[in-house]
Amino acid sequence: MTVHDVKHAASDSARLEAVGGRLSRVDGPAKITGAARYAVEQQLEGLAHAVLVDSTIAAGKVVSIETQAAKAARGVIAVLTPDTIMKLSVASDWFGNPLAPQRTFCPLARDVTYCGQHIAVVIAETFEQAVSAAALVMADYDQAPALVELGDGTAGEIISIEGMTKEWGNAQAALAEAPVHLSAVYNTQRSAHAAIEPHGLIARWEGDRLTIWEPSQWLDGMARTYAEWFGIPFENVRLVSPYIGGGFGSKALALAHSAVAAAAAKMLGRPVKLMLTRSQNFTSYGGRATTRQTIDLGADKAGRIQSIIHRGVSEVSLEGMWVEAVGSITSIMYDTPNFSSRQDVVRLNTVLPNPKRAPGENPSAFGIECAIDELAHELGLDPLEIRLINYAEQDPHAKKAWSTRQLREAFAVGAEAFGWAKRSPAPRSMRAGHQLIGWGVAAGAYPVQRAHGEAVVKIMFDGSVEVESSSIDMGQGTYTILAQTAAETLGVPVSQVSVKLGDSHFARAGVTGGSRLAGIMTGAVHKAASQALDELIGLALSDPRLPFHGLQANTLAVKDGRIGSPRGDGPELSIAELMSMLGRDRIEAKGDTLPAGTTAEERYKNYTTIAMSIPHTEGDYSRHSWCAHFVEVKVDEDFGTVRVSRVVSALDSGRLYNPKLAESQWKGGIIMGIGEALLEEGIVDRRHGRTVNSNFADYMLPTNADIPDIQTISVGIPDPHSSALGGKGVGELGIVGVAPAIANAVFHATGKRVRDLPITLEKLI
Amino acid sequence: MRDFSYLRADNIEAARNAAALPGAMLLAGGTTLIDLAKCGVVEPATVIDISHIEGLNAIDVTADRALIGALAKMSHVADHAEVKSLFPAVSEALWQAASAQLRNMATIGGNLMQRTRCPYFRDPANFPACNKREPGSGCSAIGGVTRGHAVLGVSEACIATYPGDLAVALVAFDAEVDLGERRLKVEDFFLAPGATAEQEHDIRPGEVITAIEIPGSAAARRSTYIKVRDRQSYEFAAASAAVGLELEGDGRTVRDIRVALGGVATKPWRARAVEDALKGKALDEATIREASELAMQGAVDHGANHYKIALAPRVIARAILKLGETA
Ligand SMILES: Cc1cc2nc3c(=O)[nH]c(=O)nc-3n(C[C@H](O)[C@H](O)[C@H](O)COP(=O)(O)OP(=O)(O)OC[C@H]3O[C@@H](n4cnc5c(N)ncnc54)[C@H](O)[C@@H]3O)c2cc1C
Ligand code: SF4
Repeated sequence: MTVHDVKHAASDSARLEAVGGRLSRVDGPAKITGAARYAVEQQLEGLAHAVLVDSTIAAGKVVSIETQAAKAARGVIAVLTPDTIMKLSVASDWFGNPLAPQRTFCPLARDVTYCGQHIAVVIAETFEQAVSAAALVMADYDQAPALVELGDGTAGEIISIEGMTKEWGNAQAALAEAPVHLSAVYNTQRSAHAAIEPHGLIARWEGDRLTIWEPSQWLDGMARTYAEWFGIPFENVRLVSPYIGGGFGSKALALAHSAVAAAAAKMLGRPVKLMLTRSQNFTSYGGRATTRQTIDLGADKAGRIQSIIHRGVSEVSLEGMWVEAVGSITSIMYDTPNFSSRQDVVRLNTVLPNPKRAPGENPSAFGIECAIDELAHELGLDPLEIRLINYAEQDPHAKKAWSTRQLREAFAVGAEAFGWAKRSPAPRSMRAGHQLIGWGVAAGAYPVQRAHGEAVVKIMFDGSVEVESSSIDMGQGTYTILAQTAAETLGVPVSQVSVKLGDSHFARAGVTGGSRLAGIMTGAVHKAASQALDELIGLALSDPRLPFHGLQANTLAVKDGRIGSPRGDGPELSIAELMSMLGRDRIEAKGDTLPAGTTAEERYKNYTTIAMSIPHTEGDYSRHSWCAHFVEVKVDEDFGTVRVSRVVSALDSGRLYNPKLAESQWKGGIIMGIGEALLEEGIVDRRHGRTVNSNFADYMLPTNADIPDIQTISVGIPDPHSSALGGKGVGELGIVGVAPAIANAVFHATGKRVRDLPITLEKLI
Repeated sequence: MRDFSYLRADNIEAARNAAALPGAMLLAGGTTLIDLAKCGVVEPATVIDISHIEGLNAIDVTADRALIGALAKMSHVADHAEVKSLFPAVSEALWQAASAQLRNMATIGGNLMQRTRCPYFRDPANFPACNKREPGSGCSAIGGVTRGHAVLGVSEACIATYPGDLAVALVAFDAEVDLGERRLKVEDFFLAPGATAEQEHDIRPGEVITAIEIPGSAAARRSTYIKVRDRQSYEFAAASAAVGLELEGDGRTVRDIRVALGGVATKPWRARAVEDALKGKALDEATIREASELAMQGAVDHGANHYKIALAPRVIARAILKLGETA
């Protein structure tokens, strides 16, 4: 574990270090200098290397696998196939529900349901030997026809997700009566998480205890899965994930390759390392699912929406379930008396899609935020004006007050900073040379997801402070804000606090997803630190040997690491001096945010499943983060190439624990949004179900040259209904609404409405 | 990737001798070779490292000609002051290629020898059929994902696009490639697929590229390279054009013009029909656009790459207009 050094001028420390201060990432220097050791960089004695062999068909059966040549190759320890790898038990799902009906789980597939599914694994003394032998494994298939595209006329089984139906009023009748109509179909593409750090792990068994070093967004959840697979107690699994090189939702689950590595390690009695290749990072686990939504809008002549009918569908694999809920924010963006939204999924021969940054909300925004723009154009209204005309003063679906909704402020502040008033309304009316200029706006929202967490805070003999939690930092800044929280609560400088994360044997935490972690963990650390401080103060006041004795004070305060009376008069000691006089080597407190009386079983469920997440509409309020993006694009009139030249976004994430980190998160989301709007697409050969651009040269992520100046402005206010310290979600919010803002700007630039992402040049030629 | 033996050649003779061995492949910057070996597309028995041969990285430019050693790095040539002033299209083609990291590794000789980016070519495990890799095995691209494939110079055997940028500029300015015993026009060095898609270059066992030579000309001095792609950087061309222009004393009549296309053809593609249509003509936008369309004579699309037929002439026209404006 790397100790993080905090470096900045002492005179700046109070301002930077307080909760809400712009402290730079405490783990930054370790990452930049290479001192930070990632999960799979552990050096272990006797490590064996595993390389997977994948199916080259999308549907059918593996008839036979020829392994002789590979087994005979230099350095090979074993070649495992569906017949020879150990069988595991089936693990339960995200909610902890057991997944019937199979009794066993074989992590290598005999029945192939997607191209790239793992069918064999070669384990060798070196990585190179394993790679070379894996090429010698030959499979024979009995191939079946594959369904690979949502748009296939012959698409697979359609399943209605009844629980996602939302209806009020009479949407059909109101639509028929509305004087103004709009009907359109919006498509979003399959996109990859494309984290720089590939998936992979090292698995080591010691008796029936399993240690896994693996990048993870959810140590406790993944530890549960391993425990269930191998039928061992939860406590016997230790997951270690000190740093994560990008997850975006893809690293919350233990996947088939994880099971293969752990099973191989057990069978061979050696630690095994398995890394997915870059190409396998596109095919071994799913990215964002392809979606299609149909939106029918009815409005009156003044632009007031009378009815919204929304039908959404997303792709899913033949096995398992993941719904890309494209109606998730359609129901809350605008006030409408009549509404209907339904969601289906279609089963295809594809790998199970995964949550990717703002799953559901992101494609959902593409539909409704383009549709409202189209309505504005039809009525000759300014796109900003129509959003204000239809502003929802309360949650139109839950019929509850917003906890806080600074969206009106976001529109106003963003428009001002962008210069929206200077927009010339007609499409194709702004240009510079060959470049058509377009200005677009779109809004976004993300629900406040809440759960519970725990943390341990230790005040040490030398005055230093340790914080421990099994939560993780994947770049969003957990190390930093927890250090700030502990430092502020305890009255010590951040440089005295070391935060230890990413070990499932630390105090527990639930999934890092849905932008929930900061709110939960700052709450837990605040609580644990307060308890530790209370204990310290109690001891200091009650010990007759100490100078505070007999002061008649009922409390003490700590400032800059020194403890004394709250008014600052009288005796004062450093924490180290106090600890020494008390004869204590540490004071330790565990704090959690769970209600009193929570049972052990409920605790386990809270940390290892998402079953105990608190709905965002619990109680009297509906809780969301909000944003408005203002985008300028330049479209080459001859070439159809789109470049984003300016972004101004105003965002409401409530109180920011660290504005610098929040801005980085927002900008990261906006950049990802630019990628999904213009460039990214997992392209599949429909004949073979094979992803043909599974590398970083052909899968188009935006480069620095594609990213303009991005201005983010916080318009949030503390939201006491959303978290202990008043913050709402940050990380997922930024991407929501970016793609429609760009599509709307492209329409304004060119007069062409592109409803299929990504907006590549041939769509504008 | 399978085992191979490694030989280091310290001079050009040694390189030639080693290159004649069966299964031998030269290693310069390695950015193509290692990549394709990892994909399983090439399996050299022997890798001959030529990157240490002295003197092969020289860049020597006069008004008459540019002489560029085969081991010169893409980044060095792109930044070379005389290349920039006397052959701007060459510099522009280079700095718009690949990424800064790749350009610092990659050599000019290796650049001429880069292979197509056809995804089916690069994935033998999943797509055994590819005439370029395995003559007679068929073409997996036809009927598949063809957005990046060629519309000019295609055959029934192969529709793979020649992906490079530099060679497009070289073809426009009649550059030659020096193979030691032989010297060829770059235009002839590249082969369209026809029935022999596996043959991409006119190079024989034991031959090593030592240099390229680009004749100087007024058209080369007033030249540009325009590359169009969805991503601003680090992407192969959807369509590109290298254009050089020499005007008469009146400042508008074309004395000499060179036009070559990238990203749309199976080899770096000289568009002589466009040149012929414009020579002796006074430049105006309508004339330029009309003439540019002639580049697409004989174009054949495969659905998803149809847009290239509309796009490529616009790229040519833009390049000519840009050069005309700088008169
Ligand atoms: C991700 C990516 C993006 C790229 N984008 C672009 C782009 O946008 N535009 C572009 O033009 N190029 C692009 N390239 C290609 C790049 O320019 C080439 O990989 C590079 O120029 C090859 O040079 P090298 O020295 O690394 O060749 P090597 O990999 O060392 O060799 C390549 C081939 O040439 C042979 N060879 C090398 N030197 C000689 C010689 N002197 N005589 C005979 N044969 C020789 C080798 O045997 C080998 O077959 C890209 C490459 C990558 C990997
Ligand atoms: S287009 Fe050429 S390179 Fe691509 S698969 Fe067909 S034959 Fe092979």
